[in-house]
Amino acid sequence: MSAVAETPVAAVADARKAGDWLLIATAILLGVWVLLPIYLLIVNALSSPDQVTAFPKRFFPSFDLGSLSFFINFAGVARALWNSVLVATLTMILAICFGAPAGYALSRFDFPGKGSFRFLVLMTRAFPLPLLALPLAVMFIRTGLDDTAIGLALVHTTLALPFAVLITFSLFSGIPVELEEAAWTLGCTRWQAFRKVILPLALPGIAASAVFAFTISWNEVFAAAVLTIENRTLTAFLLQSLGESPLYLKFAGGAALVVPALIFIFAVRKYLFAMWGIAYR
Amino acid sequence: MHGKALPYLLLMPATLFLCIFFLYPFALVAFEAVTRDGAFTLDNFRTMAGSWKFPVTVRNTVLLAAIVVPIQLTMALLMASVVSRLETGRGAALYVFAIPLGISDLAAGLIWLAIFDQSGFLNTLLSSLGVIDRPVMFLGYQSKLTIFIAVALAEIWRATAIMMVILVAGMGLIPKEYYEAAEVFGASPWQRFVRVTLPLLRPSLQTAIILRVILAFEVFAVVAALGGTNLPVLMGETYNWQFTLQDRNVAAASALLILAISIAFTLFFLRVLRVPKEARI
Repeated sequence: MSAVAETPVAAVADARKAGDWLLIATAILLGVWVLLPIYLLIVNALSSPDQVTAFPKRFFPSFDLGSLSFFINFAGVARALWNSVLVATLTMILAICFGAPAGYALSRFDFPGKGSFRFLVLMTRAFPLPLLALPLAVMFIRTGLDDTAIGLALVHTTLALPFAVLITFSLFSGIPVELEEAAWTLGCTRWQAFRKVILPLALPGIAASAVFAFTISWNEVFAAAVLTIENRTLTAFLLQSLGESPLYLKFAGGAALVVPALIFIFAVRKYLFAMWGIAYR
Repeated sequence: MHGKALPYLLLMPATLFLCIFFLYPFALVAFEAVTRDGAFTLDNFRTMAGSWKFPVTVRNTVLLAAIVVPIQLTMALLMASVVSRLETGRGAALYVFAIPLGISDLAAGLIWLAIFDQSGFLNTLLSSLGVIDRPVMFLGYQSKLTIFIAVALAEIWRATAIMMVILVAGMGLIPKEYYEAAEVFGASPWQRFVRVTLPLLRPSLQTAIILRVILAFEVFAVVAALGGTNLPVLMGETYNWQFTLQDRNVAAASALLILAISIAFTLFFLRVLRVPKEARI
């Protein structure tokens, strides 16, 4: 009797175990698919220029800093790096300063026109935004913003602002309005209540969306290449020198783009869903 | 009175910003596309479509999107299923799968250049396995097919993460009871996936597909890094019209074409995958 009852249970347990192994194997395989190409780029970046162009290749880095020091000392690279950081920082500040108040308003008030604003923000997602750099190039020449960090940062803010609005909206929505009301009854003004109660709670999320805005700008290629000539960002610099630059310069440049991105994504990993999952609902 | 004006005050910076840097340039690009020296004309579109490269460009872009997006959708569903079923190591898996989200398309192109280059890792692997005697030129102007495959792989590698994150968030919203009920009625894991997960995931699928298709038509830097001019795509040609050929009206026409395709696909998927109000969770 008991033997009969045990067999199906054992079979189910076996199937479950096999399923678990399959699951883990799939996870590892997908992880390798993502990580291996990055590893190979890093191997190239940490090899000497001769090793990068040599054949056959070694699958392990020689930790020779030749490629990287060539890259850093290459004319224009240090400046391009600086420009990238500058533009991304400006984008971050603009996106949060314009986006966070809007996100707060969407989460706390009901007012006519709310739907239209949300629609405007969501609509930006249906457009290839970097293309808008083309008409802006002319406008910027007229206003003296051409080839400046702030000009490019304004275009990058168009990319980052919708995210900032939607992320801060979901952040503020997650903080109970009762906390604010309690502060009001204790004599805080609206601004005090926001600064002393809401802001400390929302700060980590706001920081994450700032990092995200930074990453968007750091990675953007098309608008950067269209709008900068002298003050090229790292992406624009690498794109425009693709034709003539040696392989080891390209790979070192690629690594310089990738490594900060890895850190950014690690820093905001907790908020990925707030950014993408919820941002699109 | 103050209370009523507050939300509008908070929304004002973001709204003004989007009007100046999103709606206005959009109007400007449309205007530039249909005029030349101030007079209305369709010549810009004729010039664009008359270029010998145009049919190839459109074919490459559409073909790339048609091949890449379905593969990405499948992989993103697989990744999302793995992440949502993992019990240990879930956070780590999610972080690893999400890494490409933070990586620039230019960097992704350079990463895959390290693999497909003549002295790259694929050639090293193939020759050490004895498949080839000497390195193959995968990315030369004569090997359009391998360039296409390399670009497709780089795109799949880079942009699957964005769909994955949206789908993971969507799967998190499906109530567990639905799966328990399906299990009670004897549904296999596959049946549960097809009959429960997929239908309830429709809003997230819709968002993920729309977003990804728009990005697919924006493909630019990956192609520039891997194929140079050997694989012309729409965004690259727009860039060429602006810079190499110095004709911003035709560049605007080309940009408008990309915008039109993006909007058409957005509307198409909104309609095909629409979710009736009463069927939402």
